[in-house]
Order: sequence, then C-alpha cells, then structure tokens
Amino acid sequence: MKIKITAKPGTTSQVKTGNWRESHYPEIDHEKCIGCSLCEQVCPEGICFKTGEKNKAGKFFYEKDLDWCKGCGICAEVCPVKAITMREEEK
Amino acid sequence: MKKILEGSRAIAETIRNIGVGVVSAYPITPQTHIVEDLAKLKADGEADYEYVRSESEFAALSILVGASAAGARTYTATSSQGLLLMTEVIFNVAGMRLPIVMTDANRAISAPINIWNDQQDAVTMRDAGWIMFYGEDMQETVDLHVLAYKVAEQALIPVMVNLDGFVLTHVVEPVEVPESKQIKKYLPNFKASERLDVKNPLTFGAFATPAHYMEIRQELHADLAVSKKLIAKEMVEFTKVFGRRLSLVDYYGDKNADTVVVTMGSVLGTVKEATDELKKSGKKIGVVKVSILRPFPTEELSKLIGKKKNILVIDKSVSLGEEGILAGEIRRNFYGRSQAKIVGAIMGLGGRDITKEMIKQTVKLAGKTKSQTIFVGK
Amino acid sequence: MKKYKAPLSHILNPGHSACAGCGMIIAARLVTDTAGPNTILTNATGCSEVTTTQYPMTAFKVPWIHSLFENPSCLASGIYHALKHEGKDQEVNVIALGGDGATFDIGLGHISGMWERGDNVLYVCYDNEAYENTGYQTSGSTPLDANTTTAPAGKKSFGNPTRKKDMVAIALAHHVPYVATATVGYPADLVAKVKKALSVKGPKYLQLYVPCVPGWGINPKDTINVAKLAVQTGYYPIVEYVDGELTNKMKITRKKPVEEFLKLQKRFKHLFKPGAEAELKKLQDICEENIKRFGLM
Repeated sequence: MKIKITAKPGTTSQVKTGNWRESHYPEIDHEKCIGCSLCEQVCPEGICFKTGEKNKAGKFFYEKDLDWCKGCGICAEVCPVKAITMREEEK
Repeated sequence: MKKILEGSRAIAETIRNIGVGVVSAYPITPQTHIVEDLAKLKADGEADYEYVRSESEFAALSILVGASAAGARTYTATSSQGLLLMTEVIFNVAGMRLPIVMTDANRAISAPINIWNDQQDAVTMRDAGWIMFYGEDMQETVDLHVLAYKVAEQALIPVMVNLDGFVLTHVVEPVEVPESKQIKKYLPNFKASERLDVKNPLTFGAFATPAHYMEIRQELHADLAVSKKLIAKEMVEFTKVFGRRLSLVDYYGDKNADTVVVTMGSVLGTVKEATDELKKSGKKIGVVKVSILRPFPTEELSKLIGKKKNILVIDKSVSLGEEGILAGEIRRNFYGRSQAKIVGAIMGLGGRDITKEMIKQTVKLAGKTKSQTIFVGK
Repeated sequence: MKKYKAPLSHILNPGHSACAGCGMIIAARLVTDTAGPNTILTNATGCSEVTTTQYPMTAFKVPWIHSLFENPSCLASGIYHALKHEGKDQEVNVIALGGDGATFDIGLGHISGMWERGDNVLYVCYDNEAYENTGYQTSGSTPLDANTTTAPAGKKSFGNPTRKKDMVAIALAHHVPYVATATVGYPADLVAKVKKALSVKGPKYLQLYVPCVPGWGINPKDTINVAKLAVQTGYYPIVEYVDGELTNKMKITRKKPVEEFLKLQKRFKHLFKPGAEAELKKLQDICEENIKRFGLM
C-alpha cells in the first residue's frame, strides 16, 4: 500500500481563507482593547489571539491574522468595549 | 492434540488462542454459538480480549473500525441478514484498509426468511474489497482463521472466512485447535504502522474529491489482486508450522477425467463421496475445490480445469435473473480460454439437502442439457 | 500597518471551509481546546467533518476518525475498548462528535447502545436544528415551523410540523451520569461544561446549540447574538443534569419575546406574514413551557 490515506495534523492551515473576505476586515483599536479574550473565544477560524504587546493602559491587546479571517464580523459584534470595527477593504 | 468439539467452539477457541484485542459481535442464527462461546471464555477468565456487546451487526463492525484504527487486533462474526445490515461498514473497512477478520456462517437471505445454509449472503459482498475464504470442513475453517490474520495484517485488507452455517458451525467433530504457542511462531503481534495515537495525531477517513478518490480505489483493487501471492506464500508457511495443508484450489479424483465438478464449502464432502461411487460404476469425474472467492484463483483453476470438456459448477447462490455466482465467475474467467461446456447447477438454497444421488443425477443432467443454468432441488 | 501572525495554538487549525460565522466550528474549537491534546475524536459525516478534512488535509491536531454518518458512537466505543485492552483508557479522552442529524436520527440507536454499555465516552452533539451540510433538510431536532428544504413553508404549510425530539430526556432515560446543554452564545459556560463532563467516569452527553448562517438565514455577525436570544427567550433551555438530577440552569434575567429571536432568521420569516399569528403563539408557548419546566426565571 503506497498511497497514504491518512492526513497529517493541522494541514488545512496552508489554505489562506483570508481571500473569502468580500468587503470588510476587522480593525482592532489597541488602546480600547481591555484584553478580555471574548473575541478569541468566538472567532470561528481561531485566529484572534493575544499579541503579547501591551497598550498604554497596561493590557495585552488582541489582534487578528488576516491570512485566514473570513470577515464574519462576530468579533466586532461581541466586543464589550467596541474596540473592533469592520472596515472596508481597499481594492 | 485433537479434541471433539462443536465447530463454533473450535472457532471461538482459535480466536482466543490467536490473541485478539477486541471482539464485538451481534448474535444471529447460526453464528450464535461462536459469540456465546467467546463470551463464556471471557467470563471464566480464560480470555483477555475486550468483549463488547453491540446493539446490531452494523454497530459490531463499526466498533471494530474504531478499535482496529486504534491499533487493536479485532474479530467479529455474523450471517445472512446481519452481514447485509453491515454492508455500509464492510465497504468502509476495506476502503480504510483495516485488517479486520470476520467469520460468516453462511445462511440464506430473506425474503422469505430462512435460517438454514446457503451461500447467498457472503457473495453479495464480493465487490467490497475483502479477501474471502471458504472452509470445506471444520479443521480447514479454523486454520483459515489463523491464516486470515497473517494475511490481513500484512496486506492491510480485511478477510472474511466463510463456513456453511449449521453444517459446519453445529457439527461435532475431532478438530485440532491451533494452540497459542504454535500460533505465535506463525503470527507476530499486531503492530499497526498508522493508528489513532495522541503521540502522532493523524486523521483517518478524510473525504476524497474526484481528484483523489480514483487512485485510492485503484490501489485497493491492485493490492487485493496481488494479495493472492501473499496468501499462497503464507499457506506454505502455515504448513511448515502446523503440518496441515491449505490451498487456493484443490483437485480430487481422476486427473484425466473429462468432466469436473467445481464448488466451494462443505458440499465438497458429499461431492467427493458421489465421485467415489461414480468411479465404481465406471464414470470418472474430477472434483475441484475453490477455497477463495476473492481474489479469484484464475490461473490456479486454469491449470486444473482449463483443458476439461465439461465443467459442472455447483452453486449455493444465484445472481437472480442470470446465473449461479461461482458459475458466473468461472465463465467470466474462462471465456476465450476454454472450450469446455460450462453448466451451472443451483442447489441447496435455503438449506435444501444435497444428497449423493442428486449430485450423480446432476452430473448426468449436465451432460445432456442445453441450459446454462439449472436448478436442482430434488 | 503591522501584520500580526496567529500562533496557531488551537487544536483546530484555520484554513477549513466552514462558513464565515459558523456556529459549529466555534463549538468544535472550544470543545477540542478544552479537551486538550490527549484526546481521540470520532466524527460523523456532516459539517464538522466535511469542512475540516478534505483529503489530504485536516484541520485537527488530535487523532481523528470519520467512518460513516451514523457511527461516531460505535467508533468511540471501539477506541475506548482498544485503549482499555492496553490499559490506557484512563490517559486519553474519547469524544464522539456529531450533528443533530447523526445524533437525533440516523445514529440514535447506536448512541443508545453506547450509553447502555456505559463506555467512558463524551458524546457531543452540535445542534443546528437541520441537516445543514446537505442543504438544510429537516432533522429530528428541527423546531416547529422552521422552514427547511424538506418541510418548506409554502401556501399550504408553515414549515416543519413537528417539535424537536428531547435528546436530553433520552439521555437521562439511559442513566447517563452527566447530561447538559450549552451554546456558543455563552462560551465560558460551554467550556466549563466540557471540563466537567470529562471529569465524569462513564458516558456523558453534551448538546451544543450552534446557529447555522446559511441554514437559518442569519447575518454571519449575528451567530452569537442569535444563540444568546435563544436562551433569553426560553426557546433553548441551558441545563445541566448530574446523576439524573437537574443541578444547574441558565436563568433568564430579562425575558425577551420569542419574536426577537425569530426575526433575525430567514427560516422563520414566513411567520411574520399575516395569518401566521397562531403559529407565533405556539412558539411563545413552547418558550413558556420551557421556562416553567426548568424553572428558568
């Protein structure tokens, strides 16, 4: 049996689903972010993450990896301090 | 050492001696004694497999898919309706290349419902990608189970061992049950090269688009065809360790006979006796035993019967509307290669008795008839 | 603008083809992250399988197996017993994942068998209330009056004529020691329940309410909002049973009328036409029934 019929772990990451976005991308205001992690919990792609950088208020702010973001807008909806805005993409 | 045992018990002890990790089976007549004996062995502390009761045959084989993928050596048994209920999983097992071994106590298929022996059940699965053996008697059948694991675990192709229900499962005969020590000389512990393992987290059962599906299936087809070489080699190795002979095909009777009867399974015993009687009255025929349906032993059969004038195939199954299953296989394989007149006799459906007299009559009838397929019920 | 790179530290990698805003994939990620790398996952045919494992790729970073539509429970039992045979069953979580189709309908008998055997398996049902993957057909979990492709709303129909099967009750009837519902609307509660479930020995059942963007006809950004409204109207009770006793329920602090939940979803838009008032009342009654039955207020 020569053909491998199993798949290696995590290999979907080679597919950059960021190209699904049609019109808007999420922009995070680092200074408004309170580091609550709700955006990370609800991101369907799992690409909203703690950056390890602190804002002026001393909070570790969150960011998105636009390589995979499909632009669903859930993060902007749930952010308790409205730190995330869906901005129009530049063509 | 030979013991006098019921066929089902001999199989259960063989499976226990082989050292299986997970057993899951759903009871169905006439396989029930096999699963009951396996349960009792476990209950008495004489076996250490996990015995997993299931809610249906579909569940039993699906449970084994999980267990086998997780690296366990696995076993199940069924018949007839149970086999059909598992159809989805049977195809799945072969496609996932899991070395599961299953006993099928061949039984007629509903409707009408009938619990007695014929061979219709397993033949419906011959396209699924499993290796399929047929035992002539209890000794051969238990031996085929040991061979089955040896072949399955190397080829990564599942194996079905068929025996005629009631006729072989419920008969009490002297049998030499292969012992654990002997089996260990022949069959190493099962080590799956890929399995469900947190240390190496692979995905099993991904979905294949048109770009990928075909080559995967083609490989299974090729591997199944080539497994015949492995099976032949392992049969020779089996004889070295256990002293008993297994073969893909076999010949009994007069080598120069113009007429041969070809068949599978327990009816061979009766056919051989009929052959001896016919010889006494001056009619010489040969008997060809087919022990494997998939992969089909075309070259081996060709050597035995390629030059015969009359081939009578006895089938306990029928491709309804067309012909007997084994007869169809033989016609297909000998088209253009053989000048023989091939007649298929359908006998023994639903447990209808096949007597020596019937066989002798059928041999006579096959010589005269212009039909390709005849049903012989009396 | 600085480009930020995701660390890809979840058990589920991105690059899968789940819809933008998919409720199921949020749940799958929360469940697998909570269970951790010492987990073997079995998966039914459906959205959670099709979006994540197109050969030769997979989004999962734990051992994962898909066989058929109706048998993730059987696979899980088999894996559990294989581990038990090697003495490793205490070290590894075995989780079976299926949609409501696999759970409420085609796989129901097999889940029943697994529960009766008492195998140490967590069964997670992601409930998006229809066979969403194959085109939004009705399942045993589809609620009353939902518009689906096999029970469509039309001139002579208000959509699905039957109520949801009560899988929680079915699980309790099998004496499953831990049974709970949760939703992606409240992710912290969902995570806590996965942790709690995995700490229980024996079978456990988690039913996760997950909105489906195309199937329910919602704006992708509303997935969490809709899930929350399902809870806040009493439409989808969030409850927890331990050894058959109701030990926890998510209380409704400010009850919302069911219309607020329904109006965000195209699958209920036919109920806002004239002549459907009686149907809206039926749905409100279901909410009241839930509130009373579980003491949600």
